[in-house]
Amino acid sequence: MLNAILTGEKGFGTPFWGFWDTLSASVPHPLPPTIVRDDEHLLVAAARASDAASFEELVNRYEGKILRLTRNITGNHEDAMQDAFLRAYAHLKDFHEDSRFYTWLVRIAANEALMRLRKRRPNQFSLDEPVEGDNDLMPRELEDWGPTPEQKYAQTEIQSIVGELIDRLEPEYRIVFLLRDFEELSTQETAEALGISVPAVKSRLLRVRLMLREKLHRHYRQGAPN
Amino acid sequence: MNCKGVIRELSNYIDGDLDPVVKQELERHLEHCEDCTMIVDQTKKTIEILCGSQPVSLSTDVRSRLHAKLRDKTGQKPT
Repeated sequence: MLNAILTGEKGFGTPFWGFWDTLSASVPHPLPPTIVRDDEHLLVAAARASDAASFEELVNRYEGKILRLTRNITGNHEDAMQDAFLRAYAHLKDFHEDSRFYTWLVRIAANEALMRLRKRRPNQFSLDEPVEGDNDLMPRELEDWGPTPEQKYAQTEIQSIVGELIDRLEPEYRIVFLLRDFEELSTQETAEALGISVPAVKSRLLRVRLMLREKLHRHYRQGAPN
Repeated sequence: MNCKGVIRELSNYIDGDLDPVVKQELERHLEHCEDCTMIVDQTKKTIEILCGSQPVSLSTDVRSRLHAKLRDKTGQKPT
């Protein structure tokens, strides 16, 4: 079935018996974005009909992004990513294609990661806390950056800076930034994924964007994270 | 609109989520306020830089463990 989908063949062809050969491969097989978009609903439909190879292909496509998300939320590591895919597989029949498959997957992964974070840091953060007013929002650091960060730093240095800045955010801001800006969920989708209101998402998003601008600004001007 | 109003609407402006009248007021302010223009540009740039990172490459070990768990879940056996 997977081969039929990937080659654009209509209908459900012969079973894909090489599933576990695919699993043992160490490198995923990324496909051009157009193919990802065009055939994803077929893969999802096949996976829902218990075609494990099709689910495997979906995992191959998104495992790197989901690992990045769960690492960014929890500060490490692979368990949340693994459990997100296992949970997704177990609940595939609950996915009714009223959103993108990836959006659905991101929601599951975010919840897995948040659950771990809450266990590790009970009572230390809450997404339900009231959102602060806007009296202290005015940026304090105002200075032209001159050459852009891309001109000043090598790409690897920028990646390292980005990781440090995101790690230093409070979880209730980090998660909103990651879902809304990093994973490009809509404001509504982010609110639904986190179980908070749209105004709460917007308020936290504004704050975190301003925080990050200021942190990047300081790093950029002083050469050290804040 | 004053500077505080621009900051309050900054996210909505960047996301293209502003009422046209409010957007026009904000852009009129930007025409003569260098500080706000700088903040808007730097915030856009910040998002662009921070969100440009690549997905993580899974190590062979991590990948093997993930797929072994999936194999258990799906009840499939290696061929």
